[in-house]
Amino acid sequence: MVEPIVQYKDVRKSFGETEVLKGIDLDIRPSEKVALIGPSGSGKTTIIRMLMTLEEPTAGIIEVNGQNLWQMQKKEEWVTADENHLRSIRGDIGMVFQHFNLFPHMTILENCMLAPVLVKNENKAEVKATAVEMLEKVGLGDKIELYPAQLSGGQKQRVAMARALMMRPQVMLFDEVTSALDPELVGEVLEVIRDLAKEGEMAMILVTHEMDFALDIADRVVFLNEGVIEEEGPPSEILLNPDSERLQDFLGRFMNNR
Amino acid sequence: MTWSWDVFFSVIPLIFKGLWITVGLTLACYVFAAVFGFFWVFISRLPWRPVTWLFGWIAEFIRSTPPLVQLFFIYYAWPMMPVIGVSLNPFVAAILGLGMHFSTYMSEVYRSGIESVDKGQWEASTALNLSTRQKWTKIILPQAIPPTIPMLGNYLIIMFKEVPLASTIGVVAMLHIANDYGAQYYKFVEPLTVVALFFLLLSYPSALLINKLEKKYNRSFDKKTLA
Amino acid sequence: MNSLPDIFSAVVQGLGITLQVLFLSIICASIIALVAGLSRVNSNPLLRGFTGFYVEIFRGTSLIVQLFWFSYALPGLFNIHLGSDVWVAVLAISLNYGAYMSEIVRGSIQAVSAGQTEASIALNLSKFQRMRHIILPQALRMMLPEYGNYLIQILKATSLVSLIGLTDLLYYGNIYRSTHIAESPMVYVLLLVMYFVIALPLIAFTRKMESVAKKGVAS
Repeated sequence: MVEPIVQYKDVRKSFGETEVLKGIDLDIRPSEKVALIGPSGSGKTTIIRMLMTLEEPTAGIIEVNGQNLWQMQKKEEWVTADENHLRSIRGDIGMVFQHFNLFPHMTILENCMLAPVLVKNENKAEVKATAVEMLEKVGLGDKIELYPAQLSGGQKQRVAMARALMMRPQVMLFDEVTSALDPELVGEVLEVIRDLAKEGEMAMILVTHEMDFALDIADRVVFLNEGVIEEEGPPSEILLNPDSERLQDFLGRFMNNR
Repeated sequence: MTWSWDVFFSVIPLIFKGLWITVGLTLACYVFAAVFGFFWVFISRLPWRPVTWLFGWIAEFIRSTPPLVQLFFIYYAWPMMPVIGVSLNPFVAAILGLGMHFSTYMSEVYRSGIESVDKGQWEASTALNLSTRQKWTKIILPQAIPPTIPMLGNYLIIMFKEVPLASTIGVVAMLHIANDYGAQYYKFVEPLTVVALFFLLLSYPSALLINKLEKKYNRSFDKKTLA
Repeated sequence: MNSLPDIFSAVVQGLGITLQVLFLSIICASIIALVAGLSRVNSNPLLRGFTGFYVEIFRGTSLIVQLFWFSYALPGLFNIHLGSDVWVAVLAISLNYGAYMSEIVRGSIQAVSAGQTEASIALNLSKFQRMRHIILPQALRMMLPEYGNYLIQILKATSLVSLIGLTDLLYYGNIYRSTHIAESPMVYVLLLVMYFVIALPLIAFTRKMESVAKKGVAS
């Protein structure tokens, strides 16, 4: 059995009085594609935001490649990780956001080049070549000099993916990346993710409401409900033959809503 | 010259007398500016292009030139004007000068309030066949006024701090008292410090209050836009 | 009417001082505003508190009072001699407007959407890189219209320096008026027009920036 690349060990998260995650245990293996599904407010997004270091867990441990993400050792004692510690680990993680979060004051080429040049000190000319290649791959090779405001939602999201890929992460997080898109633009974004999934090497965690898509590309589906993992397993099992009543409920409501 | 606490404490009651004149003058200027501000808004909504353009630039002129020079104009130059010239006492000159200057800012506040009301509100009230008067009193103004309240409060504080300009044309308020005292005893820093403290004492709590108002109205505004 | 050239040649002697105080104050106030604005969003509570104190003191009192205070207290109380009263004026004006303008720096930084910070964390940018490459460029664009407005405020504030004896436009205007009482209206109208002419490029800048600020910023 391959060592997991990401491990959640009894991770809990509270916002004020409300506990949104009530003890999460989850392993992600290298190159594994995991879909997180569940009703809104079930804590799906919080799970991946903690891995991206955007949210600090209230309790529990998250490990990346065996390294404790949120705690570090300081003279025998474990203390909350500082910025340097987080920076040394989160380079392996990438994220695509629901609202794209492109940098509006830069062209899409500059958006893609920024982090490799600044963070990894890579050669600017080489980064540029890679960025152009990457933007071509997501179908935007002819738009590299445009600003985000000049693009459609679907195009923005494809840029956001190219930008995240430029850092060559081992794990890529997708946070409801099609939820903010007009229905007719969803397809082009899913297509890019599907291609990425086929390429294989990168592990992917997708928070999604696209059940057909999850069925298609995921190796494993995790159903979250009220802050706990209710059910998990291969997509065909989870999505087509749900065990628990709650999952049946959720899927039923979901299909009806469509 | 050294700092003297004796002087500091002895000028406090002296300057305190001037505080009320400063506050009173602020209120008078504010009322003038608030009322006259409507005039600019009214003009800017007239259907005659050349008139709105001309008055737009007059307002810009008043807004972009120093109130101190405007004050001198009204106090020193106005009486010298042929036919319309009359001598004004310093108080009236200060109210006219500072009031006029800030009326151009007040009009901007009113305008931003009116513009903050969504276009759909006008269309909806037309669709409901409301009269012009009803549109304004029932639909537009009730929505336009709340977001401007913090800004209106802000200008009250700003004008409070501009009122000492009036001491230059002889209005005997805090700053004037301090400078007179200084000239008499050659002790300037202590009375000026007292003046500064009085300003701080009044304007800081007011600013906090306005901050609160701002949060309150922003929040209710957010709710409106969300709904 | 034929006295207009005389008035102009008298008043224009003060133009140099007015412009000098204007430009020096703009530069100093901008630097103070940037430093103070950044300090107020810094994670160090001591720095935040100290800057907050400075801002409230200078916003809470009146510029004209500060100007008199500095002109007496600096040489008298602290025995600080800046060489020229121009610097006293610049110090008072830029500390005052630096305090006001630091609030727009802070406000615009906080107005850049949280998503921008999150995206730059996800790309593993350092704290400094986030501020320097992502947040500040957007914040600066947002604050430009208000910045332009404050430049006009600073111009208007320069007229106060005649009160501490600097020989600016208003100073020469007052001198001329005192010997030619009948021409007072002409003197002050001319002064106002001169200030307005100086203000025109600042007004144009502000209006231009309003259109710039509308694009290129994440909402």
